[in-house]
Amino acid sequence: MAEGAGWGQKILGRPLLIFSFGAMLVTLYLVFLWVPTERFQGIVQRIFYFHVPPAWVAFLAFFIVFVGSILYLWRGEGRWDDLAYSSAELGVVFTTVTLITGSLWGKPIWGVWWTWDPRLTATAILWLIYIAYLMIRAYVAEESRGARFAAVVGIVGFIDVPIVYLSIRWWRTLHPAPVVLTSEEGLPPAMLLTLIVSLVTFTALFIHLLFQRLSLRQMVAEVERLKEAQKEET
Amino acid sequence: MLVFALLVIVIFNFAFDVRGEAVALVAPGVLWVTLTFAGVLGFNRAFVLEKDRGCLEGLMLCPIDRGTIYWGKMAASLTFMLVVEAIVLPLFSIFFNLPLFMPSLLLIAFISTVGFAAVGTLFSAIAVHTRAREIMLPLLFFPVVVPVVIAAVEGTGMVLAVAPWASLVPWLQLVVAFDIIFLAVSWLLFEYVLEE
Repeated sequence: MAEGAGWGQKILGRPLLIFSFGAMLVTLYLVFLWVPTERFQGIVQRIFYFHVPPAWVAFLAFFIVFVGSILYLWRGEGRWDDLAYSSAELGVVFTTVTLITGSLWGKPIWGVWWTWDPRLTATAILWLIYIAYLMIRAYVAEESRGARFAAVVGIVGFIDVPIVYLSIRWWRTLHPAPVVLTSEEGLPPAMLLTLIVSLVTFTALFIHLLFQRLSLRQMVAEVERLKEAQKEET
Repeated sequence: MLVFALLVIVIFNFAFDVRGEAVALVAPGVLWVTLTFAGVLGFNRAFVLEKDRGCLEGLMLCPIDRGTIYWGKMAASLTFMLVVEAIVLPLFSIFFNLPLFMPSLLLIAFISTVGFAAVGTLFSAIAVHTRAREIMLPLLFFPVVVPVVIAAVEGTGMVLAVAPWASLVPWLQLVVAFDIIFLAVSWLLFEYVLEE
């Protein structure tokens, strides 16, 4: 248990770091030098490649929280909680990145930093739910109880998100919606390739960070254990 | 909870200057914000007494399924909220001169309240074990019940605007689906919340 950084971290740790680093350089090259500039939006559209991948990674992260939470409640093994917690932290970080890059993109294109569009609103609510997930641990005295509560929030939150999205979409389509620019259909091959490379890069970065966070958590637990042991000796 | 609800209505009256034509536009929002806030206040109290006096331990020692405790607490919170609504709704219709006693509106109110109680009971059982419980419950509760609030506000607005029944149905279905999903999920998860 003490050295249980997991087989994944041991085998994949360093290669993933190198891969994420290299892939990030490739992505930066593709995004800033290689991919053609979008005709209507101009240079600002390049933020797209840093907006969509974090969003995808955030959803992946919250899915891991969901699975980890279920497994933790079901099996009661601490490692699932470690996984869920680490993933939730990263999910919040990547959601924040998504919201910020989205705002930066929205200002020149839509003319506003923020619009109450279904996706934006659902993402913001998602962010709030997982902030609560992280907060619940800080506010519960006992570690194991906090983990159980957080797992409950992780499960409820994840189930809630599609419903939130659906309800906001109905709400918006029933009201006159602000004109939202959709350039989703028919992405040119060069842009698609850049997006895919960026997606892979961000996913690799996420997994790398997740492993780092997990081993950090295990180190913290180890230090706690050593402290306890020392206390007992003296 | 009741007095609080009335105060919120009064405050909203000042905040929005609810008069004339604006009433029909603003009233659904005012009504549901009032009920949501009052609900959170009620849920906050739901477990506090039992926790502080040790009654919760007693309940947990009972040779019954933890899920049963959930249903009991849920039913109690639901009843409590419905009683408050039964008083707030008539007062609301008097204050804002709105015909609120329509079967469709009562139906919306009922299923939305079930949704609130389903999630609120689970989260209040969590929040009561945390420090700063009064803050923790709204933080958990509000984001999750967003769909119910939207559906309730939209549904109420439609009823007041005498919209056709067919346009109301999707919202009702949404809330009913929410109720079923979260009653089931909360019931399954409640066991882990009460575990010592």
